[in-house]
Amino acid sequence: MKHCLVVDDSRVIRKVACRILEDLHFKTGEAEDGVSALAACRAKMPELILLDWNMPNMKGIEFLKTLRKERGGDRPVVVFCTTENDVAHISEALDAGANEYIMKPFDRSIIEAKLAEVGLS
Amino acid sequence: MKPEDFSFLAQMVRRRSGLVLPIHKAPLIEGRLTTVMRRFGFRSINALIHELRHGRDTLARAVTEAMTTNESSFFRDRPSFDKFREVLLPQLLNERAQSKRLRIWSAACAAGQEPYSIAMILDDLKLPAKGWSIDLIATDLSSEMIARAEEGLYSHYEVQRGLAIRRLVANFTQEGGNWRIHENLRRMVSFRQFNLLDSFGWLDDLDVVFCRNVLLYFDQKTKSQVLEKIAETLQPDGILMLGHTETPDAAANTFSPVSHAPNLYMHAGGAQQRLAAG
Repeated sequence: MKHCLVVDDSRVIRKVACRILEDLHFKTGEAEDGVSALAACRAKMPELILLDWNMPNMKGIEFLKTLRKERGGDRPVVVFCTTENDVAHISEALDAGANEYIMKPFDRSIIEAKLAEVGLS
Repeated sequence: MKPEDFSFLAQMVRRRSGLVLPIHKAPLIEGRLTTVMRRFGFRSINALIHELRHGRDTLARAVTEAMTTNESSFFRDRPSFDKFREVLLPQLLNERAQSKRLRIWSAACAAGQEPYSIAMILDDLKLPAKGWSIDLIATDLSSEMIARAEEGLYSHYEVQRGLAIRRLVANFTQEGGNWRIHENLRRMVSFRQFNLLDSFGWLDDLDVVFCRNVLLYFDQKTKSQVLEKIAETLQPDGILMLGHTETPDAAANTFSPVSHAPNLYMHAGGAQQRLAAG
C-alpha cells in the first residue's frame, strides 16, 4: 500500500483528503505545516505528498525546495493542493519540483484525475 | 409526469434525435424538463407537455436538446487518446504524407473537450506549422453545447479532470476563476450543430471519426443507420473510434476491430490491411 502524507494547516481539509486517499487505497499520514512535514519525511519518505501552500512555520513552497535537496527527497510525487490558483504560483511550484497541482476546491474526481496524471491511480 | 405524457415525450425525442428515454430515468428527465419549463415560462411540466402536443417546433427542439447527456472531460478515456497519439496518428501521417491532409470528425463533442483534446495532440506535433491541412470538425445535437464549445471557456473544475497542469498552463489562459483555450487551438476546430439522424452529405473523406458515448443512447436500428452513414463518410482506411463500452455490433458486417486497439474500428477488410501494416 502506497503512503501519502497530507500537509495542510486545516484539520478539516486533512481529514477530507485522507478519507478520499484511503478510499483510493493509500495509507495516509498528516502534517500541519512544512516543518512537521519535513520531520515526517525524514522518518519515512512517502510515495505521495499532497501539499498546501500557505501554512505557518514553513510554507509549502519552502518545504518542497528543502525536500528536493534531502536524501531521497527527489522520490516522492508532490501534488500541490492550494487556493493559490494563478499561473505565477503554478509556475513557481513546477519550477521547484512539484509534479502536479490541484486548485482548491477539490473533490474526489479531481484527486483521482490528478493521481492518474502522475501514474499513481 | 403521467405515463401517457412520458410516452408522448419519449416518442417525440426518439423521432427527432434517435435518443431512447428509458422509463427508469423519468426523475432525471423531469429534472431536465424543469429547466426548459422555466426557460420558456411555463408554470408546470403538464403545461409544457400540452404545448408540445400542439407542435411548437422551438420548444420541441429545446426539449430534445435538453435530453442529451453532456458529461465529458479532456482526454476522456485516456488509453483511447494514447492509442490515437502513439499508434494511429503516426500511421495516418505516414499514409497521408503526400497530401498532407487530415480530416477528423468529433461527432458528439458536448462542450468541446474532445475536439480540443485532439487539437492539442495535433498541435503538439506542430502539424499546422509543418504545412498540414487539418479539418477538425466537431458537432453536437445541442446548440447550447456548441455555443459553449466555441466559447472555449472552462471552469477550474472542468480543466482539472483530464488535463495535466503543464498542459493547462501551456494551452489555456486564466480568466478569473476560469480557463480559456488558446486561440490557435480554438481556430483549429470547426463547430456545427448537427443531428446524427440528418444527412451526412456534407461530410466526406474522413480519416478518423470519434463517435464516443453517444450510440449507447440509441436503439439498435438508429445505431445501425448512424454507423452505416459513418462508414460512407470514412476513407477506405479511415478509423472509427467508439466509447470504451461501445461496439459497432449494430453494423457488424461494416466494421471490424483494429488489432490490439480497443474501441478502434475500420471498414471490414481494411482492418486486416491495417493489422498487417501495424
